[in-house]
Amino acid sequence: MKPAPFDYIRAGSVDESLDALHELGDEARILAGGQSLAAMLNMRLVRPTALIDISGLRELDRAETRDDAIEVGAACTQAALSHRLSREGRHPLLEAALPHVGHYQTRSRGTVCGSIAHADPSAELPLCLMALGGEVLLRSRQKRRRVPAEAFFLGVISTACAPDEMIEAVRFPLPKPAYGYAFDEVSRRHGDFALAAFAAIAGPRTIRMAVGGVADRPVSREWPMLEGAALDDALNAFAWELRGQDDQHATAAYRRGLVRKVGRRVIEEAMRCRG
Amino acid sequence: MNEVAAELAREEAYTGRPLKRVEDAALLTGRGRFIDDLPSSAGTLHAAILRSPHAHAELVSIDAAEALKMAGVAAVITRKDVTALTRPFTVGVRQPMQHWCLAVDRVRYVGEPVAVVLARDRYLAEDALDAISVEYRPLPPVIDPERAARADAPLLHPDVGANVVSDRSFAYGDPEAAFAEAPHVVGTTIRYPRNSVTPIECFGMIADWRPDDGTYEITTHFQGPFALHPVMALALKVPGTKVRIRTPPDSGGSYGVKQGVVPYAVLMAVAARVAGRPVKWIEDRLEHLSAASSATNRVTRIEAAVAEDGRVTALRYDQLEDCGAYLKAPEPATLYRMHGTLTGAYQIPNLTVRNRVVLTNKTPTGLNRGFGGPQVYYALERLMHRIADELGLDRLEVIRRNLVPKEAMPYRAAAGSLYDSGDYAATVDLAIGEGRLVGLLARREKARKEGRLYGIGFAAVVEPSVSNMGYITTVLTAEEREKAGPKDGAVASATVALDPLGGVSVAVASTPQGQGHRTVLSQVVADVFGLRPEDVSVTVELDTARDAWSIAAGNYSSRFAAAVAGTAHLAAMRLRDRLAPIAAQRLNVPAEEIVFSGGKVAARSNPENSLSFHRLAGASHWSPGTLGDGVDPALRETAFWSPPELAAPDRGDVINSSAAYGFIFDMCGVEVDRDTGKVSIDRYVTAHDAGRLLNPALADGQVRGAFANAVGAAFYEEFAYGEDGRCLNGTFADYLVPTACEVPEPEILHMACPSPFTPLGAKGIGEGNCMSTPVCLANAVADALGVSDIDLPLSPAQVMALIEPNEPPPPHAAAVEAREPGRALSGEGTATIAATPDEIWRAILDPASLARLLPGCERLEAIDENTYAADVTVRVGPVTGRYTARVRLSELQPPHSLRLDGDGGGTLGTGSGTAWIVLQPADGSTRIEYRWEAEAGGKVAAVGGRMLESAARLLIRQMLQRLEVGAAPAAKRPWWRKHLPLGKGR
Repeated sequence: MKPAPFDYIRAGSVDESLDALHELGDEARILAGGQSLAAMLNMRLVRPTALIDISGLRELDRAETRDDAIEVGAACTQAALSHRLSREGRHPLLEAALPHVGHYQTRSRGTVCGSIAHADPSAELPLCLMALGGEVLLRSRQKRRRVPAEAFFLGVISTACAPDEMIEAVRFPLPKPAYGYAFDEVSRRHGDFALAAFAAIAGPRTIRMAVGGVADRPVSREWPMLEGAALDDALNAFAWELRGQDDQHATAAYRRGLVRKVGRRVIEEAMRCRG
Repeated sequence: MNEVAAELAREEAYTGRPLKRVEDAALLTGRGRFIDDLPSSAGTLHAAILRSPHAHAELVSIDAAEALKMAGVAAVITRKDVTALTRPFTVGVRQPMQHWCLAVDRVRYVGEPVAVVLARDRYLAEDALDAISVEYRPLPPVIDPERAARADAPLLHPDVGANVVSDRSFAYGDPEAAFAEAPHVVGTTIRYPRNSVTPIECFGMIADWRPDDGTYEITTHFQGPFALHPVMALALKVPGTKVRIRTPPDSGGSYGVKQGVVPYAVLMAVAARVAGRPVKWIEDRLEHLSAASSATNRVTRIEAAVAEDGRVTALRYDQLEDCGAYLKAPEPATLYRMHGTLTGAYQIPNLTVRNRVVLTNKTPTGLNRGFGGPQVYYALERLMHRIADELGLDRLEVIRRNLVPKEAMPYRAAAGSLYDSGDYAATVDLAIGEGRLVGLLARREKARKEGRLYGIGFAAVVEPSVSNMGYITTVLTAEEREKAGPKDGAVASATVALDPLGGVSVAVASTPQGQGHRTVLSQVVADVFGLRPEDVSVTVELDTARDAWSIAAGNYSSRFAAAVAGTAHLAAMRLRDRLAPIAAQRLNVPAEEIVFSGGKVAARSNPENSLSFHRLAGASHWSPGTLGDGVDPALRETAFWSPPELAAPDRGDVINSSAAYGFIFDMCGVEVDRDTGKVSIDRYVTAHDAGRLLNPALADGQVRGAFANAVGAAFYEEFAYGEDGRCLNGTFADYLVPTACEVPEPEILHMACPSPFTPLGAKGIGEGNCMSTPVCLANAVADALGVSDIDLPLSPAQVMALIEPNEPPPPHAAAVEAREPGRALSGEGTATIAATPDEIWRAILDPASLARLLPGCERLEAIDENTYAADVTVRVGPVTGRYTARVRLSELQPPHSLRLDGDGGGTLGTGSGTAWIVLQPADGSTRIEYRWEAEAGGKVAAVGGRMLESAARLLIRQMLQRLEVGAAPAAKRPWWRKHLPLGKGR
């Protein structure tokens, strides 16, 4: 379990890392916290010829409120965001989800944007971004662009990020008054990849829920306010439409059951939490 | 015994006190000396192992020429080296099968070693693995033991003629009559899964060969049994004295698993000899989880003849033991370790057993904490639970009525185990007492009233310790045993020495794996000499060339407290007996008058008449000439001990398989979440009788550890395999070991009926909960759900399937395709492409455009009609894998339908797939209907299992997009018309 040879580039600035990406494109990978990438490197699943380390870039180590969203820079760790949110108490969904991201130790290094870039179908942060309708800020040497979460996640560990682009920041919209937010997930052990994860947002007239861990990417649905059997039916339809798979940890049928039951529980909690 | 009891009862005795572990300070401050920390000589080469991605294949050729050209690569070891320098390992049954330390003719499990690269560092060695090309000719694998046992199954070892390599039947008492007379026969069938207790530290070793005297020197955490030392010597074709094994001071855990270093020790010894330099190899986690070792999975049919009152009069076992691809010594020991104990804690006089050992294309099995106990007790204790249910009796009452009574001790069980001591009924009372059972019943009642799923489980087990080296030969017939000569006993050895300044040191042949030997041995030996534990230093590294050992030496079958510590006590007593006459001379009293106490040696009647212990202890070094006539020096004593109760199996296959037998009664309450199927342990009580406890704190630590392992076995851990034998748990993200968050604190209770057969009255305690807890938890879950068939691991999905076997149907049957559960990758879908069927047909049939259609195809070369060799780099997100593949088109119905087959291998393992494609004209476009099946093996399956199907779908999507681009005539582009219900592929 040793990586194949690669060059290591410690970027002195965002521009430097973009120059390197421009030059190396597909052959290079951005290294931030390394909590997914390092394992894949060691197993030689990923064999970049160069790693561009952005973890030391102060300009990317930020989490700030901008235009009704929390904008999190590419070097901000999950732990740092978590600490900040628990101090400010302003983002119930992210606050509820962050403790489920890996373990305390991995959150201290793992970055928020790294999790988005990795696009694990079970990961909590892509799920939250999807539920909230957030955006990914991509940047290459030539240009900057904003990609909505819906268009960013293309499939299992596959995203719309082009070879010469890096994620500069992601934007999690701030909670809206009169909306309720809830998160829960079911995993085999604490800190495991979720068998199914749920983020629900209940508004005055709508319910929105995103599900992770079932399809090949987080998927969200929005319904008009539903209750009782109508909500059960909607969740059952959603459960089947996600086309989950069997794997060694759970069957597709089990995951559908979670969408129906735990999904409902999370929606109801979001409704209770409406301001 | 009386003398020992008196000794231990002395006020200043340290034995029996919960002293803190002397080992912990170093471990907790990062000063442990593990195998990978040890210095190695300059010029040491680092090994990396090329492993089979196939579960079953002929090994056609190995070409290492490219690897050998790489800078820093010193040698590549292949089958020609091992066939020249070794012979196949000795096998425990008389069958013509060969297990070499490296694959020779075939590979028989995923992860089997095929070649070893030796390079300047591990990185270079792993780089070079990619440059070795191996040609395999895949053979059909067989994974399921019941299927493997059938006559039409693919054969692993053709010379044997069957996959069942041993089939023995036994009868004790008169089981047939008991079954014929019984008013009730209750039975159940258990499929016990494969799992392991996984150490934090994987395997590792430094091997060297000394050309001057032809000695192999191997430093590794070899844990024994040392009967495997001759196995290594025989494999290396040298006398035992030419195989020198040394063990590192610290171990990152073994739980039996490190017995599995043996084939690797032979392999690396050969590698060092070929390279002419020392070789270091450290196993990584992927290697460990996929190919190191495992407990056996077992299919058991068990039946009981039962009287009206629930008393069991006879048991009938039919056990099918799956040992994986090879019978690795000492297997099939897992099956026979419990043989004498198959009637468990119960007084059941009649027993019949059929034992079959079957080989399958899975990792070979070996020692594992609990060793055979979990498999046996899961069947027996599920059966006791069912007997009560079927007869309408109280479950605890059925257990009680059958327990071996105190008065019967020592009790000879039907198949031969001699239960040394115990008061089982009193231990049950201890566990349920003080309102514990009443409280559990009340909690269950309350939960059920509230509509919650709550269950109570019980389990009573006998925990054997100190294995009889002869039990393994029960697999042979009496005639075969006679020919081979008797095997029996359980020799333990210990040495106690005095240094010139009067220091006491202890060495034992036990190779500790974290159990706190140094702490306990210093307590035991300090008491003999009237010293403090800190006055006694204990060395636990072992050197087979210098230390006293015998074949039973090692760290297994819970030998430490019962055998090893007891033998250290015996050695110390002997040394004391030598010191006493010297002291007697100096104090001018008879030797019988001498007492050792408080760091002094004194006359019993006049304690003032004394000398310090260290002066006396140094005397034989400084002044041997003045000891006087007939007084021998007291410098060092080595004691060997083997309990006389451990005889070889007799002609009727009666075997006392262990020296000591502890007892455990477990009781628990669990709650099952109706929505998620997750089980939470509400209360867990475990009452042990392990005889005399030498250090109660360490004993509790053993209980907690085994309990944690058992929680893993019950709910989380399984080595899962695909139908093709691919390993599905290559990382700890997929092989789920419970963490502190998942393991509650059990309530631990102790009862102490000392063993009359062990020197200190102690018995083993470290494996019992691995035997009792999985079935106790399963009994509780069965009680909560009201089900009678329940297999491990009780994953949420499995539990949920028991709670709710049927789910609501999809809303519109047509909109969503349902699929039977299964692990194979498969799916179907449709796509519409802006080209005519003819255009698409031409694109597929033309090699140049076919090359463009296949995602990542870098080279496509026709090797036959419609058959191509291709180099493909598959990309899924950042993951890339290079494959050399064969692509074949067949069942051609132009321009209507065809079949596309591909299979290949590469750096990430193997892959194969088939797609059936139908082209339907639709308005100048073409509607493509496709169905596909795929398999991926090797690394990518082992580490990325949960993403494989999504990845396969992604590749198909890439291919269809390319088809659209490639097939559509230029005029019809813009090609990026997304008619995609492509996501529908599944």
